[in-house]
Amino acid sequence: MDKPYNNKAWLMVLPVFLIVAFSAILPLMTVVNYSVQDTFGNNQFFWNGLGWFQELLDPNSELGGRFVDALWRNLLFSMMVLIIEIPLGILIALSMPRHGWGVAASLVVLALPLLIPWNVVGTIWQVFARSDIGLFGWTLNKLGIDYNYVSGVLAAWVTVIVMDVWHWTSLVALLCYAGLKSIPDAFYQAARIDGATRWAIFRAIQLPKMRRVLIIAVLLRFMDSFMIYTEPFVVTGGGPGNATTFISIDLVKIALGQFDLGKAAALSLVYNLIILTVCWIYYTVMTSADSDEGSAAP
Amino acid sequence: MARITLQALAHSYRAAPTKPADYAVQEATHIWDNGGAYALLGPSGCGKTTLLNIISGLVNPTRGRVLFDERDVTGLPTESRNIAQVFQFPVIYDTMTVRENLAFPLKNRRMPAALIDSRVAEIARLLDLTPHLNRKARRLTADSKQKISLGRGLVRPDVSAILFDEPLTVIDPHLKWELRSKLKEIHRKLDVTMIYVTHDQTEALTFADKVIVMSEGAVVQTGTPEDLFDRPAHTFVGHFIGSPGMNFLPCVIEGSRAIVSGHVVQLPQTYPVVRGSKVELGIRPDFVQLVPAGHGIPVRVERIDDLGRTRIARVSLPQGDQVAATIPLGATVDSNAAAIAIDPSRVNIYVDGFRLTPEEGKI
Repeated sequence: MDKPYNNKAWLMVLPVFLIVAFSAILPLMTVVNYSVQDTFGNNQFFWNGLGWFQELLDPNSELGGRFVDALWRNLLFSMMVLIIEIPLGILIALSMPRHGWGVAASLVVLALPLLIPWNVVGTIWQVFARSDIGLFGWTLNKLGIDYNYVSGVLAAWVTVIVMDVWHWTSLVALLCYAGLKSIPDAFYQAARIDGATRWAIFRAIQLPKMRRVLIIAVLLRFMDSFMIYTEPFVVTGGGPGNATTFISIDLVKIALGQFDLGKAAALSLVYNLIILTVCWIYYTVMTSADSDEGSAAP
Repeated sequence: MARITLQALAHSYRAAPTKPADYAVQEATHIWDNGGAYALLGPSGCGKTTLLNIISGLVNPTRGRVLFDERDVTGLPTESRNIAQVFQFPVIYDTMTVRENLAFPLKNRRMPAALIDSRVAEIARLLDLTPHLNRKARRLTADSKQKISLGRGLVRPDVSAILFDEPLTVIDPHLKWELRSKLKEIHRKLDVTMIYVTHDQTEALTFADKVIVMSEGAVVQTGTPEDLFDRPAHTFVGHFIGSPGMNFLPCVIEGSRAIVSGHVVQLPQTYPVVRGSKVELGIRPDFVQLVPAGHGIPVRVERIDDLGRTRIARVSLPQGDQVAATIPLGATVDSNAAAIAIDPSRVNIYVDGFRLTPEEGKI
C-alpha cells in the first residue's frame, strides 16, 4: 500500500495551529508560568516552584482550606442543579405539544431564558428576590416565610439554585424534546397495541430513546454549573459570609482582590483539570456502556 | 378468531371531503374470512396502509363500520381489539432482553407469571428465538428484530388477526425468503387471520391465499394469485402483476374473432357485441412468442432484455403499440423479419379497462 504522501498538506492545517496557539495555548502557558511564581507587584516575580500547588492541595493551609470549602459548595450546587433540572426538563419535554401552533409557541417561550445574558439574569433575580421590593421575596415574606437572601444562608442557596433552574432547565427540555421528536410513530402505535401504560411507554420507549441527548444534557449542565460565576456574583456576591462563594468567585477574589496571581493561577489550573477529568470519565463511561450494548444499531 | 368485515367503509384525511378524489380509501364493503392469509397489494399511496390502520384502530374511518365477527369495533381503541401489528421498521424495546420484549404485552395485561413464561417459551420456539432469549433485543439483526415484533403479537392468546405493514422492507434479500416462509409456516400452525400490506408483488403472491389489489383508494380485484395472473379484472391489475406486465393491444371483437393490427386471432370463447368503446386484447408476455416473419403479426424488434432465465423482446406493432414477447429457448432473432404469435387460450378482452366476460367457452 503506497499511498502518495504529500507534506504540503500540513500547510493547510497551519492557520488552525496558529489560531489555536494564540487563542488557547499561549494564554494557558502564561497561567502555567504564573502558577510557579510569586509576585509582590511592580512586575517583580520570584520562582516558587510547586509551592502554590502544595499549599492548594493541603486542606490545613489557608488557601487549601478555602479551596476545599469552595469545592464542596460547587459539587453540592452541581448535584442540586442536576437533580432538579434533568427530571424537570424531561417532564417539560414530555408535556410539550407535538403538532400545531403550540410547538412554535412553546419553543419560543422555552428559548427566552437561554437568550438572556448571564449578568442580566443575575440582576433580574437580584431584584425579583429582594424581600422589600422584589415580587418573589416580598410574596414569600407576606406568606410568613422568613426569606432574605442577603442574611439567610438557606435563602441565598435557594435563590441561586432557583435562578439556575429558571435559566437552564429550558436547555434540558429542548434537548429532550429533540430526542422525543426522533421517535417514529410506529413505536407509540406498537406500544398501544401491546397495551402499555403511560409509565411503561416512558420506561420502555421514551427514556431509552432520550438516552443520548440526556448524556449530553447532563454533561453540559455539569460543566456549566460547576463553572458558575456571574449569576451568584451579581445576586449574593458570594455571601452571606462565604456561603455561596464558589470556586470561580473565590478565584476572582484571589486574583483581582488580593492580586495573588500565583495562587490564582495554580487554583485555576487545578479547577480546569477537575472539570476536564470529571467530564472525560463521565463521557467515556457513558459512551462505552452505549457501544457495548448497541453493536447492532437500529 | 374473527372474520373481519368492513362495512360501507370510507376514509378521508381531509376535514370535509366532497369529491371522490378527497378520499384515501373509497367507500366499499369487504369481508375477510377467519384464518385466511390476505395481502393488500398496490403502489405507494394507494390507501393500503390506511386500510390496515383502520382495521388496527390507529385510524378512525370517516364513514362505515369495522366488525370483528359480529362485534362492532369501530369505536374501540387499538389495545381493546384482538389484533397485533408488525410495522415496516422493527419496533423493539431497546433496553429489554428478547424475553422481556416478548413478555411485555402479557405483563401489561397483568397475566400470571407462570402463564407468561410458558407462552414466551412457546412463541420463542416457534420463531427460533429460544437461543437469543436472554440477549438484549437491540443487539439482534433486523430480521430477528422483526421476528420479535411478530412474536409480541403471537404471544397474546387473544389475538385473532395479525396485520403486517410492509414488514420485509429493511430485511436483506436472502433473508426475505426465509422470513416469509416462516410467516407461512406460522399461519398454517396457528389459526389466525393475517393481513399483509406490500407493494412487492412477489411477496404478496407467495404469501397470500387471497390478494387484494388496490389502486387510488379502491379495491380493483380480490382473488387468488392464479386469478390475478390469468384473469386480471382490470388493465391496472394486468400491468401491476407480472414482470413485465400484461400487454394490451387495441383490437376489434367479432364474436370469437379478435382482429389485432389487421390479423385475426381465433379465440376459444365468444364475446358479446361491444360498440363505441376502447376495446383491448390483454395477453401476458409469457404467452406471446417471438417467431420468424410470416408466422404471426409482423413487428419491429426494439430491443432484447436478457433476464437470465428467459429473454424478453420489446417489439412494436406497425401502429406503434409496444409489446413484450418471450423469445423461445435457443431461438435466434432476426430483427428485420420478426412476428409475434399469441396463444389464443390465454387472451382476455378488456372494454374501457374492465375485463369482458365471455358468453361461452372458458379459459
